Amino acid sequence: MTITENKPTNIIGTRLLRREDPPLLTGEAKFTNDLSIPGALHLSVLRSPYAHAKIKSINVSAALKIAGVVAVYTGKDLQTAWAAPMPCAWPVTPDMKNPPHFPLAIDKVNYVGDGVAAVLATNETASRDALDAIDVEYEPLQAVVDLEDALSDKNVIHKDLGTNKSYTWPLLVEETPGCVEEAFKKAKYKIKERYVQQRLIPMAMEPRAIAAVPQPFGGDITLYSSTQIPHILKVMTALTLGIPEQQVRVVAPSVGGGFGSKLDVYAEELLCMALARKHSAPVRWVEERTENTQATIQGRGQIQHVELAADENGKITAVRVRIIGDMGAYLQLVTPGVPLLGAFLYAGVYDIPKAYDFSCTSVFTNLTPTDAYRGAGRPEATYAIEMAIEALAREMKIDSFELRKRNYIKKEQFPYTAFSGLTYDSGDHLLAAEKAATMTDLAGVRAQQKKQNVPGATKLLGVGMSSYFEMCGLAPSRVLASLNYSAGGWEAATVRVLPTNKVQVITGTSPHGQGHETSWAMIASEKLGVAPEDVDVLHSDTAISALGLDTYGSRSLPVGGVAIALACDKVIEKAKLIAAHQLECAAEDLQFVGGTFSVKGSPDRALPLAAIAFGAFTAHNLPEGCEPNLEAQVSYDPPNFSWPFGTHMCVVEVDTETGAVKILKYIAVDDCGNQINPLIVEGQVHGGVVQGIAQALFEEAVYDSDGNLKSSNLSEYLVPAASDVPAITTGHTITPSPTNQLGVKGVGEAGTIGAAPTVMTAIIDALSSLGVTSMAMPASPQTVWKTIQEATRGGKK
Amino acid sequence: MIPAAFDYKRASSAAEAISLVSQYGSDAKFLAGGHSLLPLMKLRLAQPAMLIDIGRVKDLSYIKDAGNHIAIGALTRHMDVETSKVLHEHAPLLAHAAGHVGDAQVRHRGTIGGSIAHADPASDLPATTLALGATYVVQGPKGQREIAAANFYKGFLESDLAADEMLIEIRVPKMQGAGWSFQKFNRRAQDWAIVGVAAWRRKGEAGVALVNMGSTPILATSVAGAIAKGASISDAAAMASNEADPQSDLNASTEYRKHLASVLVRRALEAASK
Ligand SMILES: Cc1cc2nc3c(=O)[nH]c(=O)nc-3n(C[C@H](O)[C@H](O)[C@H](O)COP(=O)(O)OP(=O)(O)OC[C@H]3O[C@@H](n4cnc5c(N)ncnc54)[C@H](O)[C@@H]3O)c2cc1C
Repeated sequence: MTITENKPTNIIGTRLLRREDPPLLTGEAKFTNDLSIPGALHLSVLRSPYAHAKIKSINVSAALKIAGVVAVYTGKDLQTAWAAPMPCAWPVTPDMKNPPHFPLAIDKVNYVGDGVAAVLATNETASRDALDAIDVEYEPLQAVVDLEDALSDKNVIHKDLGTNKSYTWPLLVEETPGCVEEAFKKAKYKIKERYVQQRLIPMAMEPRAIAAVPQPFGGDITLYSSTQIPHILKVMTALTLGIPEQQVRVVAPSVGGGFGSKLDVYAEELLCMALARKHSAPVRWVEERTENTQATIQGRGQIQHVELAADENGKITAVRVRIIGDMGAYLQLVTPGVPLLGAFLYAGVYDIPKAYDFSCTSVFTNLTPTDAYRGAGRPEATYAIEMAIEALAREMKIDSFELRKRNYIKKEQFPYTAFSGLTYDSGDHLLAAEKAATMTDLAGVRAQQKKQNVPGATKLLGVGMSSYFEMCGLAPSRVLASLNYSAGGWEAATVRVLPTNKVQVITGTSPHGQGHETSWAMIASEKLGVAPEDVDVLHSDTAISALGLDTYGSRSLPVGGVAIALACDKVIEKAKLIAAHQLECAAEDLQFVGGTFSVKGSPDRALPLAAIAFGAFTAHNLPEGCEPNLEAQVSYDPPNFSWPFGTHMCVVEVDTETGAVKILKYIAVDDCGNQINPLIVEGQVHGGVVQGIAQALFEEAVYDSDGNLKSSNLSEYLVPAASDVPAITTGHTITPSPTNQLGVKGVGEAGTIGAAPTVMTAIIDALSSLGVTSMAMPASPQTVWKTIQEATRGGKK
Repeated sequence: MIPAAFDYKRASSAAEAISLVSQYGSDAKFLAGGHSLLPLMKLRLAQPAMLIDIGRVKDLSYIKDAGNHIAIGALTRHMDVETSKVLHEHAPLLAHAAGHVGDAQVRHRGTIGGSIAHADPASDLPATTLALGATYVVQGPKGQREIAAANFYKGFLESDLAADEMLIEIRVPKMQGAGWSFQKFNRRAQDWAIVGVAAWRRKGEAGVALVNMGSTPILATSVAGAIAKGASISDAAAMASNEADPQSDLNASTEYRKHLASVLVRRALEAASK
């Protein structure tokens, strides 16, 4: 038995390699579909080929004859299996419309991919073959695909609701009543723009996979799922299925990406659990890629109307925003809340008065439900304000960077109370922006641009930028309550020092690619003075980590990581009492450095944590009233959101003959406060930037007017590969968060938030000499070429 | 991702493959690299009852200097075409184009014969061999015949190959030092071309073929004819779509495809004339 020694590790801030990677890279990591589960039945789901249709009849007799097929269920057959409809945890307004939504459609399908029947078979091939043998008679109905059409209520999808409108959520902040309108009347400069956030498919590398394993006695059930939210899933499946919560255990094995798409309670999870209980046998399901594009939530899907008013210097005096949000056919777990997460950020990083008029109206369409997708609401908001700033600069005929400088919230103004009442705890936007400009060699690029973009040139240079705030670290529970969210925003952690001085950290966060095991071990290592490899991090199994609120919204470090630091503090507090007892001194006379307690002023009177851990385990000599063992648990509710920020810049070259856009340089300067592991921070920024570039240039869930998804596989839905994106140069400034002891902010979504407007402003800049002032996303070669054609044809269009 | 049930036989020679296919008739399909056929089967868009695996017919994987032309066995993998010294010397356009097929995995599995037999207008090698004036050698129960590339492609995924015939060799005339260019326009480096152009030029002579500009690979005879008559490159390139009939899809409308074709043909001829 080796007792771990205590010594200072100074590990925070180092580029420690991720401990997650060797098993992932060698294939040793087990994803849900890798689990070997004897006797499991395979589920396949028959999906609607229509966006909107009545189900006239379903004939399953041929399917039942296929060898290996055990059962086929329709929505009607399972109607009594559900204690409640599928959950939506965010009723944003008291009068929000929420149509009942069940794992299988009952008499009407509402999007292509809606589940119609479920097959159970002893093997995957038979369950797949059975789908082809089910005969469904549909009566197709007119599909509602367009958001403005949906809003008109000409064709109402959920007849019982009487409208396609789910809710209108306003946020009107005025210093004096009517001051927004007045500001627009008085404004020297005004702009009014319309932007479209196309629908995006999150496209995690691992599609969803599920296995529900019932216990033979007592009715317990274990759900293995490729999910981001084992804890939330446990409560929600228990409620939806009417199973006592203590009988449900949820395990998320290795999870291959989520980006929000696995932050949900899905029909297939409920089907697997219900049918596993019914058949007293494990039931498993794995998603095909095309299913993933149709039956897993999509992201974005907004039309944004943005107006800015500004004075003669370009100081913004009022902001007015009207959003139409695309909910899709039903409300999933947090669908209606997504636009709200951006609602506070349409003034971006700018200092504006209390003259803010935001409102979002969300509608149902006959398309796949939307929900949180990396950034959720904030990329949309940032895109709108950054594009609008560019429009205002064009209107004023001044440089957009100069306009930003005139409006940035200044360093001295932090902590800054925004118009909304939210406090932006820290920031230095000018510093980050100037650093980005230096790294870009902005002056040099502008000079080159003058030389290159001459009349007749076919390769035009452009520079783009965006400055952002990432309101993240979800979230102070009280703020969530004010937004009508059904849960809190705290996070739980347990830190346990074992008798041999090895450490167990149990976290309520649920990593799916972020490297929490590495980062959380680093935090405990630094705090307790043990090597990071002696810290084990346990997560994603509700039997081990009973409490938690999981991973999304760049919350894991600023909430979950801070909880771990606090739990370490509690452990140290307790150890200190034991040390004082054993060293026969007062606890106040002890200092704790690098894992060892020593009496201030007499360093030879010392006890390492190892000795105390062992002593706490034997419990032979503990102070009066002190419990054995060295462990502590914390539930931490953050006092504020975390406010990472930064500026991204990029240089593009547009081939005006083909419309092709090439990114020559991409600079990301992000400030996420103190960095636990800069290597992981860079990885998060790289991945996020690539997803933002993907929205700008590549990705779009394209639907035809009948609601058929045209981009339903990876040759049509263009996820960029490494060969399609530029080398990304990252830089950072460090403005520690004053609200938590680690000084950390989230970084999971920053790249996605910054990147799309950076690329789009660059393209418009490149084409400005041709008269181009707007560009739809994705800026595909065809779209760019057409936009150039329209602009150069002048007024003729 | 799970294909419909099928039977499977492995052939060890062309003769065996042809006798198997004659036996099973139109329900049977050859399986070469599988990189066009298997994706269709997994999506259940193709459901052959019998696969005859010719992937291991070793004596059909070769690249030989045959005097006037280079002879390429039908089962030669794209990677071998891409890296062949003989081709780099005598038909560099083909080697270069093979290097633009898909990604490295695809190029290690896919075969030149499979690519041509599949007759996908969006594939790179059918148009490239067409531009080069290649001849395809096919073998059936009654023996061998030669088909000029220009007569081979009949429609979308349709060729002159009979169901019981197998493509065994591709004969590519030596390029004799002609200038050449391969222009592949796509949104992601590893995608099929939205529009592609394979072109060569030697003084007053040129050969130009188009990828994804109709239901078959397209020989741009008007362009070549104009060059032969001494037209300028840009005048010739303006005729790029004369023989084409491109469709619209998510990436490109018919109009945009035609526009791209003329830009890319101009660029290809300019590069080939250097
Ligand atoms: C991800 C991906 C990307 C790709 N990208 C490209 C690209 O960018 N450009 C491009 O050109 N191609 C691309 N391809 C296609 C690839 O080149 C295929 O390998 C090729 O089209 C078919 O060759 P194969 O040997 O795989 O044929 P298979 O798939 O085995 O067969 C294709 C068809 O041809 C028939 N066949 C095969 N060999 C013979 C023969 N000798 N005689 C008669 N019939 C035969 C088969 O019966 C079948 O009908 C891509 C494929 C994939 C999977």
